Amino acid sequence: MTAPTSLLTPRRGTTGRHVRNRVATVGIWLALFIVLVPLVAVIGSVIVKGASSLSGNFLTQDINKITNGQKLADAFAKVAGKQSTQDGIKPAIVGTLLITGFATLMAVPLGILGGVYLNEYGGKNHFARVLRFLTEVMTGVPSIVMGLFIFSIVVVKTGFSLGWNVSGFAGSLALGCLMLPVVIRATEEMLKLVPNELREASYALGARKSKTIVSVVLPAAAAGIVSGALLAVARAAGETAPLVFVIGITRTTNTNIFSGGNVALSTEIFRNALSYGSYAAARNRAWGEALVLIVIALTFTLLARLVTAMFTRRRAA
Amino acid sequence: MATIAPERPRSRKLSEGPKPPGRERDRVFRWFTFLAALLVLLILALIFVSTVNQSWDWFSTRGLRAVFSSRWNQKVYPRGTANAGQPIPGSGFGAWALIFGTLYTSFVAILLAVPLSVGIALFTTDVGPRWLRNPVGYVVDLLAVVPSVVFGLWGVFVLATPIRNVYQSVADFFAGVPVLDKIFTGNPLLGTSVMTAGLILAIMITPIITSLTREVLATVPIAQKEGALALGATRWEMIRGAIFPHSRSGIVASVMIGLGRAMGETIAVALVIGAAVRVSPALFSPNNTLAAIIAQNFGEAQGIQRSALIGLGVVLFVITLLVNVMARAVLNRGERRLAAGK
Amino acid sequence: MHPTASQTDIVEPVTIDASSGRVENGIHLEVGDPEIFERDDPTRELVFDLERVQILYSGVAAVTDVNLDIASREVTAFIGPSGCGKTTVLRSLNRMHDTTPGAVVEGKILYHGEDLYGPKVDAAEVRRRIGMVFQKPNPFPKSIYDNVAYGPKINGRKRGDLDDLVEQALTRAALWDEVKDKLKRSALALSGGQQQRLCIARAIAVEPDVILMDEPCSALDPIATARIEDLMIELKREFTIVIVTHNMQQASRVADRTAFFTAELNESGKRMGLLVEYDTTNKIFTQPSDPRTEGYITGRFG
Ligand SMILES: Nc1ncnc2c1ncn2[C@@H]1O[C@H](COP(=O)(O)OP(=O)(O)OP(=O)(O)O)[C@@H](O)[C@H]1O
Ligand SMILES: [Mg+2]
Repeated sequence: MTAPTSLLTPRRGTTGRHVRNRVATVGIWLALFIVLVPLVAVIGSVIVKGASSLSGNFLTQDINKITNGQKLADAFAKVAGKQSTQDGIKPAIVGTLLITGFATLMAVPLGILGGVYLNEYGGKNHFARVLRFLTEVMTGVPSIVMGLFIFSIVVVKTGFSLGWNVSGFAGSLALGCLMLPVVIRATEEMLKLVPNELREASYALGARKSKTIVSVVLPAAAAGIVSGALLAVARAAGETAPLVFVIGITRTTNTNIFSGGNVALSTEIFRNALSYGSYAAARNRAWGEALVLIVIALTFTLLARLVTAMFTRRRAA
Repeated sequence: MATIAPERPRSRKLSEGPKPPGRERDRVFRWFTFLAALLVLLILALIFVSTVNQSWDWFSTRGLRAVFSSRWNQKVYPRGTANAGQPIPGSGFGAWALIFGTLYTSFVAILLAVPLSVGIALFTTDVGPRWLRNPVGYVVDLLAVVPSVVFGLWGVFVLATPIRNVYQSVADFFAGVPVLDKIFTGNPLLGTSVMTAGLILAIMITPIITSLTREVLATVPIAQKEGALALGATRWEMIRGAIFPHSRSGIVASVMIGLGRAMGETIAVALVIGAAVRVSPALFSPNNTLAAIIAQNFGEAQGIQRSALIGLGVVLFVITLLVNVMARAVLNRGERRLAAGK
Repeated sequence: MHPTASQTDIVEPVTIDASSGRVENGIHLEVGDPEIFERDDPTRELVFDLERVQILYSGVAAVTDVNLDIASREVTAFIGPSGCGKTTVLRSLNRMHDTTPGAVVEGKILYHGEDLYGPKVDAAEVRRRIGMVFQKPNPFPKSIYDNVAYGPKINGRKRGDLDDLVEQALTRAALWDEVKDKLKRSALALSGGQQQRLCIARAIAVEPDVILMDEPCSALDPIATARIEDLMIELKREFTIVIVTHNMQQASRVADRTAFFTAELNESGKRMGLLVEYDTTNKIFTQPSDPRTEGYITGRFG
């Protein structure tokens, strides 16, 4: 990198090309800092504002109704120097976990099977290529479209639809559709890394293909697949658009995701920010919910990293 | 050792006698995996069929105007007529202004995000100090973990108010400059605007463009980079001369995938763009996008409005599908070329 | 009662170790006795009989016109320059090519007189009887115990018998003493030589009839190699063994018969593998009948 400076060439840094090089390097470093600013700002705001909401029974109480009387109550509370009413978000936490959990239960096994097909059976054949391409394309389908899709085919009572009405399960279906291609891709990528020698070792012992896949190939790729699935869960837990009009609403905890309206942290934040932005209570609640939601998403992301790290360490050993 | 007394199977003919178990299971398993993979095709088809089905009222009553009319609000019967104040059937709900808003905000986002993303990708592959490359990758990925509704919340409650002043100064600066004063302006000038949506979107699509670009950059043969450096090129000349030509189409495809994300991003935009359906180049005033207006209005929507909102979803689906198909085709072609070149 | 070859028995590379003679039908036979190894010797019980075998990858023949027979409880070695098709032929013997897209086996391969590729023959059954050890040790990323137990389990052995079976297989593969205290540890933590013996234990745990070995020692040091060679001579009492090797001393030490393959350009300019000569190891290494064989074993080959 440090080219010998000859007497005949001008010294480094004095020609236009070296100046351009400097400028480019500085620009690239700058890009890094520019991206760090919003990251720090967003996470900082959520922690600072969210933490102040996390008082009392915030995590364990039902959601208060925001009424017109709320403004008045806010004003009184301000005078008194404390929160107006004991507010809570338990129904949203339960809803997020249940809805995401069911989505995971559906999407991960199916996604793994799909990835197995693409890598172990389909390989290079035409049909598998088309499916692989569609899977990639499907990862780009906007999440709001997934919400409209589930609304149109599961929730609504008219036309070509099941007409099941709103429920947590409808939300799980929408999230599941979003997760499916992600899990398929992750599985396929991980299966690609499994050395063919392991498959051959199993075949050479008289194992059939399905047995080989289930007992040798998938376990060998398990860490990577789990890590990919956890990342998909982290993304899904934060999704709002696919849920907001298929799960309905509730202010009390609804553990039956198959019937009745439900609520998730993300949809609560959205509703509070969009419709009740002028109420301090709603804003506080939204920040508290945002903090909890980020913690959930971050937990799954860190778990994914942890699984990967453990896996690579074991590999290296 | 003699205790094993292996009973050699060879006494039996291969083609006779019981086969090892699992032949049936093999076939069933294969079918299951196949059906799971087929589910992708099925879902994509069903998305199209079911949303078109539910928005058919809108398409059928408006025809081409559904997409190409920029009038979203319905006309109402004038005062004094029989149905005064009632909406005139067949009027309004044109998607054009929303398509415009979608393209405009995404364009702003791309303009901001591409230099950042490519810069960071270069940082993590060639420019940054080695020990910093992976951590930077992790940190950028962390941006993808923040849910979009949280970006929206931050945008509307934290960013929108102070940034209005910045917009005001910029608008003052460009006042009177031809063309630019139509863009860097707001009427009304608000913190919830195209520009704010573009900024938030840029942050949100940076991780995906960065990680795709990283993958593309990683395929540049080291020999080419070292060759350029050996000829005395500066690092920037190496990037321009060896890295960019080799990865141009891949970077373009990554940007297109980012574009698709930006166009489909809903909740953050719904919170920070205000809500004004119009074809206007003003960066600092509210506008709306296909995805955002669905999220804002779907809750109370009934009848033709609901049909129209689902129809906007169809339009969005088709546009993002096209963008993604093109991008993936480019990326895959690059991969195949690389595999063949080896 | 069986003399077992040990390292000290190994003398000159091209002489056959006399002590590794065999007992067959109660008669002690000296290795290298030409009378007994006549090709059509009726006392040899044939395991494999290959006739005009040709193997193609994606329509291109890799080896062609292979004719050879392999007898029970012998060690047969395949030698030859790289790329001549030794692995390709070996993998045709347990239908491993069925798992390679584009690979086609033509000609006839009889296994105990039965068509190995017959329509009613199940490839999994074939591979259960004809085990394989690969060039690179490829233990599963599971525990040592689970590696050995995998084969018996998939073949329907009950959990109760497994402990004994695992111990016996590991003992026969001369690995038991080294691993008996760490059966639950990952197989990947073993040394390369241990891993390869584990792979052999894994193969014999399913009680195969034949064991195919593709350069089993190529990744190992001389001591580990010697142990595996000893093992082969020991295992010959129960199993028929076919081994691919690049190491001619190894072939001369362990093999009863040796097949020499080479690759030549055919009329259309394609490189194609073929079987040059197949005979007793002694004959191949002392009086090869084909100049190409002689060139190869004396190191003058092109
Ligand atoms: N899966 C495959 N697809 C296509 N061609 C193959 C495949 N495996 C082997 N070949 C070709 O078949 C020929 C014989 O290969 P093979 O592996 O049998 O040689 P070998 O004698 O075992 O060589 P080595 O001593 O290097 O292991 C080679 O030209 C090789 O390129
Ligand atoms: Mg080989």
